Amino acid sequence: MWKSESMNRNNTPFLRAENIYKKFGSVTALEDVSLTVCLGEILAIAGDNGAGKTTLIKILSGVLKPDSGKLWIDGKEASDLTPAKAIKAGVSTVYQDLALGNTMDVTSNIFLGNERSAGGFLKKREMDEEARKLIADLDIHIQDVTVPVGSLSGGQRQGVAVARLISRSGKLLIFDEPTAAMGLKESRSVLKLIQKLAGDGYGVIMISHNLPQILQVSDRICIMRQGRVIGELAAAGSSLEEVEDLISGNEVESYGQE
Amino acid sequence: MGKNKNHDTSYTFILLGLLVLIIIVLSVSSPYFFNWKNVRNILNQSAIYLLLSIGMTFMISAGQIDLSVGAILGFTGMVMGLFIQGGMGTFPAVAAGLLVSFLIGLVNGLIVSYGGINSFIVTLSTMTILRGIILIKTNSKSMFGFGDAFTFIGSGSVGPVNLPIVISLLAAAAGAVILHRTKFGSYCLFIGSNEMALNRSGVSVRKYKSLIFAFCGLCAGAAGLIVTSRLNSAEPLAGQGFEMDAIAITILGGTDLKGGKGSVIGTIIACFILNVMKNGLTILSISSHYQEILTGVILLIAVRISESSQRKKREV
Repeated sequence: MWKSESMNRNNTPFLRAENIYKKFGSVTALEDVSLTVCLGEILAIAGDNGAGKTTLIKILSGVLKPDSGKLWIDGKEASDLTPAKAIKAGVSTVYQDLALGNTMDVTSNIFLGNERSAGGFLKKREMDEEARKLIADLDIHIQDVTVPVGSLSGGQRQGVAVARLISRSGKLLIFDEPTAAMGLKESRSVLKLIQKLAGDGYGVIMISHNLPQILQVSDRICIMRQGRVIGELAAAGSSLEEVEDLISGNEVESYGQE
Repeated sequence: MGKNKNHDTSYTFILLGLLVLIIIVLSVSSPYFFNWKNVRNILNQSAIYLLLSIGMTFMISAGQIDLSVGAILGFTGMVMGLFIQGGMGTFPAVAAGLLVSFLIGLVNGLIVSYGGINSFIVTLSTMTILRGIILIKTNSKSMFGFGDAFTFIGSGSVGPVNLPIVISLLAAAAGAVILHRTKFGSYCLFIGSNEMALNRSGVSVRKYKSLIFAFCGLCAGAAGLIVTSRLNSAEPLAGQGFEMDAIAITILGGTDLKGGKGSVIGTIIACFILNVMKNGLTILSISSHYQEILTGVILLIAVRISESSQRKKREV
């Protein structure tokens, strides 16, 4: 709704997955899963525990290899994806643990593995300056980029993790339960950040258990059950009950028994 | 701005204050304390501990520990002694000895990183293995008589300053720059802070960890060079127990045993605190046994202060 007019909105999919299958031993984790994400949109993946959400994003970020199926990133086939290749292609994952060094300052965390340096010496001032800019662009409020990340709030920490991915030219950001274990205020700031990213033209895939949040933020909802995508809804106009029923597989009648 | 806040600046000032206080008290208590000859003596004594502690600061910052530095010190001394007695020139023998210390550290690091064994266990083993080799090789006897060029390194002087002082202070300055201003130092702290995050960022944690151990080994080797050349003798038990002093100095300096937080400046001040104290108590004719007790007490109090100031900052 609020983003449909965004100038950055692009209707060719940035990432496309087709007929993905994945088995762990005799357990089928993913069965014939297909999905697309465009830049500038937020795709939510919803489903109960064990529905295959995490396996799916691990495949999209190159951590796991699918048994069969095809992936395209930015129009190029990406069948032999590794985490490093995915990052290079612009697909980055914000892990649930955020992968931050709590004793290290904001700047070092943002530029981790991607430091500006000359002959091994860090260009600290230059990086601090850039970090301040990145953070301001994301509308995150961190007064001092030289404080340890461990002293920041959950929302600010999420912001630092996102700033790191963006500084590495991430275009599609995958969030794994971004608001899990967060308070109301922090959740709100993280959702705001996710919306801002989409508004700025980044693609977002977000896994969440929190259906009201999904309905509030996302453009499309991809619903998974037992390793399959069983439906895709436009968030606008869908009701909480509708989504819940799809996730749990409840028929309307079973409600009647209660 | 632009300053590294990874370590606790206020704690470093407390340490500095403590050092100044000890110096004032000793200067008032004894006329023999505050003069250049004695100061030089203190700096000279500090040199060995300073070298060991600089390496240990990197090690502990990375959340690792090296118990083998004392043994590496002794081993390096023996290697240099053997090479010189075998007819090798002073300079090549010193270079070869330092290379050996670097390689021992590197092997420690490779076993820790690639073998996945805890650094405490690996370096404990290295310590006993090296000490065993030294005792076998030397037949438990000390070697001596290495020539003037070699002894100059340990007891010669540049102007009014002894060479070990110059070497150790240069190493300390280099250590401070490397830990706080370079990529290597930053990764070292990050390994102590969140190894997995570093790995996920595409940085080879194994490579850097191995290099940190090699660096620590080299520092111990440099200390071995100074000990051996100062005494003009390679003692089989040289450096025994020094690893504990190095660990105590590093922790007292504000480096966190859990890793991720380290200060070379703090290590330098802490090293001087302990050595000034040792010297002062000797001047005041107080038994060195009391000094051991005092060291333990100071360490406990210091760590308590450091922890509490951290806790205040971490609670959001």
